[in-house]
Amino acid sequence: MRKVIGRRALLRSGMAAGALAVGGSLAASQGSKAQAAGTSGGRLRRWAMVIDLRKCDGCQSISQPPQCTEACIQGHFAPEPMQWIQVYESPLEGQAGTQFVPTPCQHCQNAPCVNVCPVGATFATPEGTVLIDQMRCIGCRLCMEACMYDRRFFNWGTPAQPPQTLFLEYSPEHQDPAIRGTVMKCDFCPDMARAGRLPYCAQACPHGAIYYGDLEEDLATNGSEVVKISRFLAENNAYRLKEDLGTKPRVHYIPGHGEAVGRMPTTTGRKATTWPWQKTIGGALPWQR
Amino acid sequence: MAEVAYVPPAWRERLETRGLAPLRSTGVRYWAWIGFLLVIIAWAVFEYATQLNNGLIVTGMRDRISWGIYIISFVFFIGISHAGTLLSAILRVTKARWQMSVTRMAEFITVVALMVGALFPLIDMGRVDRVLELFQYGRWQSPLMWDILAITTYLTGSSLYLYLPIIPDFALARDRLGPAAPRWRRVFYQVAALGWRGTPEQRKLLDRAMTTMMIVIIPVAVSVHTVVSWIFAMTLRVAFNSSVFGPFFVAGAIFSGIAAIIILMAVLRKLLHLEEWITRTQFLYLGYMLAAFTLIMAYFNLQELVVTGYKMEAGQTFHFAELMTGPFMPLYAYYWIGGMIVPGLIMLYPRTRTIAGITFAAVLVLVAMWIERFLIVVPGFRVPLMAYGARNYFPTLVEWSILAGAVALFMLIISVFAKIFPIISIWEVVEHRGPEPDAAAEPRRVRPTIRPELRPQLTAAGTTTTEGVQP
Repeated sequence: MRKVIGRRALLRSGMAAGALAVGGSLAASQGSKAQAAGTSGGRLRRWAMVIDLRKCDGCQSISQPPQCTEACIQGHFAPEPMQWIQVYESPLEGQAGTQFVPTPCQHCQNAPCVNVCPVGATFATPEGTVLIDQMRCIGCRLCMEACMYDRRFFNWGTPAQPPQTLFLEYSPEHQDPAIRGTVMKCDFCPDMARAGRLPYCAQACPHGAIYYGDLEEDLATNGSEVVKISRFLAENNAYRLKEDLGTKPRVHYIPGHGEAVGRMPTTTGRKATTWPWQKTIGGALPWQR
Repeated sequence: MAEVAYVPPAWRERLETRGLAPLRSTGVRYWAWIGFLLVIIAWAVFEYATQLNNGLIVTGMRDRISWGIYIISFVFFIGISHAGTLLSAILRVTKARWQMSVTRMAEFITVVALMVGALFPLIDMGRVDRVLELFQYGRWQSPLMWDILAITTYLTGSSLYLYLPIIPDFALARDRLGPAAPRWRRVFYQVAALGWRGTPEQRKLLDRAMTTMMIVIIPVAVSVHTVVSWIFAMTLRVAFNSSVFGPFFVAGAIFSGIAAIIILMAVLRKLLHLEEWITRTQFLYLGYMLAAFTLIMAYFNLQELVVTGYKMEAGQTFHFAELMTGPFMPLYAYYWIGGMIVPGLIMLYPRTRTIAGITFAAVLVLVAMWIERFLIVVPGFRVPLMAYGARNYFPTLVEWSILAGAVALFMLIISVFAKIFPIISIWEVVEHRGPEPDAAAEPRRVRPTIRPELRPQLTAAGTTTTEGVQP
């Protein structure tokens, strides 16, 4: 039996401020507004994600495009064709059919992208997230070469975003407004977590497949259920993508193909992702990845 | 310096006249050529402005193949810059003499190729306006910073190494051009010659400086192409994940450098009528080196294929299939046949081992080496990282135009240099070579030239090296 704790209580307890600024580069360009989140004991949060693939059917059951991607795009105003969390359909090993794998940035603890950035525009925070400072990024795309998860997106042209993004104050934690010639990716929603809310993707998943939480307190939630991360991972044969590369991702997967929500692996295909405001923007050209 | 062989005055007079001729007069054809190059460059600048206005969306690059012919050409140009180091440093260290009449050209290639090559990362940048951040926030953990350090060091060093051996020739130009030369030329050579009179004191200094530079520049050149390879090899991508990339790139760089110098030699020899000083000997010896490097390149390629192909790690199957049976097969086949097999065969048969044949082999190699970099970058990026279909990359008109502009800029700077700097290192040819029988006169001999030590040494008593460059 898992002990159930309200997710609000869990996340709110983290709002007690950790005093550390989120790394020099962030402080330098952002006037150090953002602060690392800490537990009540003064320890740093170590954000992590667990994605239960047994519950992911690529939103086949609701005949919609994957809701995590849709919510992420609408929450972050991610320009087309960026899917910061992308639901890949990959063939199952050893049996017929496919599985759906929602793939956000893996927030590697030995992140190749952080290593190669020549100006420190991509940086790791003390909370273990990997962020991009688009005000500093020079657009050399060395990080895109280094990332082994295809999780980095370049603004090749003028990014198409709804007009309200122009009024947002820029922060690497939400990356709006997007800047042409710079790289973007999933930021793990640390601003949302500090405010006691789950990332857009976790909130939107109709089956509660995405758990988000803190390795330090060893707890994660999908919004309706709280799990002890270490036990949850151990009991369910969890793995991480391309673990043998030594990148040490913060995103864990529990193997499956949507069987918990009644999907047959041989039912393939999903609805295409949409960018709802695209048609309202004049002039901005989307591109293909 | 070396003891001076007997130098017939008429021969030396011819050499000095020929060597300084481009500095004296400029024909209409030269200006037409410069105009032609400027038109191409202007077109490239226009296309680059389009890219600045619209972003890199005007190129064929996208997220999944995020580098294209800009980075390919960057590696290519930095590669041919190794021509100068090879000829003027490595061969000078080994006291070879036959290359003296072409060292200057090789040093031109080095400096100009570095200048042009270094533009490409800037052209490739999404936010070129932020380039100074590299100095403000630069992190030494990044391979890009290693490139910047290595290339600026190499450019500084090779510019210095280009300048040092020119000093006596500047003095020659200063003394020989006479009052008919335009004022700016007289002032320029006056200043650039640094008061060179050829005194024993000055010779000793120059000798020491050149010896130091020729030794320092070799490890710098090796480091440059090693770190260029590391912008690929430092990533986990399966096609780049190799420990042989450093030496492989250095060998490829020297290979393409030899090809570049052979082509430039052939062109300038014809245009500037240097047939007497650039003979079949230079082509033949450089051709032999080219042939040796076809084997070295073939070795590196084979060892890479065998080691990775035996294990067939995930993704390697896809990569190999793409190269050998897939969309890149024609290019890959050309790389092997045109880049290694045919040039090797041309050098193998005495009948094809002519100046024309060797130049043809060099053109094949130069093209193949650009393609080789294409085959490293594009198929390397094409290997899918996740469950998606491999993306295609077709360079757009903007990219081709900018490449054409860069090639034109390369030729333009070389053309301008040829009008300002004596294209042959006159004083070194006089000192080290002396008149030599043209090897082309005896094409069927096994040993095509008389080795220097077998050459009749008609040392004139009392001739000292200090007189070498005096009028």
